[in-house]
Amino acid sequence: MIEVNEDWCKGCRICIERCPVNALEESDKMNKRGVRPPRLKKVNECNYCRLCELLCPDLAITVFTDDKKKESRKTLLRPVGGRK
Amino acid sequence: MVEVKTADQLNKKFLRDGMWPTIFCNGCGHGVVLEYTLWALEELGWDMDKTVFASGIGCSSRMPGYINADGLHTTHGRAIAFATGIKAANPDLNLIIFTGDGDCAGIGGNHFIHAARRNMDMTVIMINNFIYGMTGGQLAPTAPLGSIATTAPYGNIEPPFDICNLAKALGANYVARWTVTHPYQPIKSVKDALSKKGFSLVEFLAPCPTAFGRRNKLGDIKKHWEWYDNNTILIEDYERIMNYGTEKEKEEVKDMFPIGVFQDLNNPGFFERYEKLVDRVMGGSPKTPVKAKAVVQK
Repeated sequence: MIEVNEDWCKGCRICIERCPVNALEESDKMNKRGVRPPRLKKVNECNYCRLCELLCPDLAITVFTDDKKKESRKTLLRPVGGRK
Repeated sequence: MVEVKTADQLNKKFLRDGMWPTIFCNGCGHGVVLEYTLWALEELGWDMDKTVFASGIGCSSRMPGYINADGLHTTHGRAIAFATGIKAANPDLNLIIFTGDGDCAGIGGNHFIHAARRNMDMTVIMINNFIYGMTGGQLAPTAPLGSIATTAPYGNIEPPFDICNLAKALGANYVARWTVTHPYQPIKSVKDALSKKGFSLVEFLAPCPTAFGRRNKLGDIKKHWEWYDNNTILIEDYERIMNYGTEKEKEEVKDMFPIGVFQDLNNPGFFERYEKLVDRVMGGSPKTPVKAKAVVQK
């Protein structure tokens, strides 16, 4: 989950462009500066690398680690040699 | 003390209320440098009441105003001179100087040279955006050859100032250069520089889309940030190619900016030497070299 301090965002899109898994997009709502702050896509592969948090020039993004596991990253690999 | 884990907690701990958001333009790298410095300070766990920020004039010099600590916004180029005074008056304080390329290499060049030569106990964080951004894009002394500025409309013909190699030649204890586009190496580097006695310099190559990128046709913010990725090379690779590479490889990396740690020494700083001098002259401890020599002569 990411939290954006919307009024601090200047809309430079650095978080969106430099996200390694392309998990961010512009939101529908404008902030008071007239730019669209980022938000997570509905289906995303965010792995909480915190690159957007560290690169944001306005310190507007905070990344919180979700406790519940994601479903989109299921591996097809089955362990072999276990019980049964 | 609460351990800081997220940017939100970091902001609440270090930022001054009512000053945010910053005045920096869209896509500017200065805010990123500020964030890296704050993370480094957080990892070191320094007392912010014992930390003083000094700055001169320019975009980068607005930065102490955003931090909830004592700061000094001084005259153009004289931040290092003022910081020397602060350190001399109270050696317990930790000095961090935010300065730009025009402030540090241009008008304050001599202060910088002599602070590095004396190995003053301070950390200079120089943010190099190749241009005088705040005053409208005049040519800075660090601007690469051929770059366009308002005072160089047909391209720069003056060879640029390599401030890292200058500081290295002057014997500064810690010299490093990084771009703002990768977070982890600069944070560690700033941490090393802050914990080092003596003069330490960390130079950041920061994008300035408004004044530099727009005039030099570097494209939008995304392309401008990528320009820094594509035109920098680690100093180890650079030196290896320059020593052992083929002519083609040398031609490729010739114009790139080497980034990385240029120098890492542990020489005594100015105030360590000064304390020894005071001890010697005031007849302090008998271990000082001159006294020992005098005993031998007797």
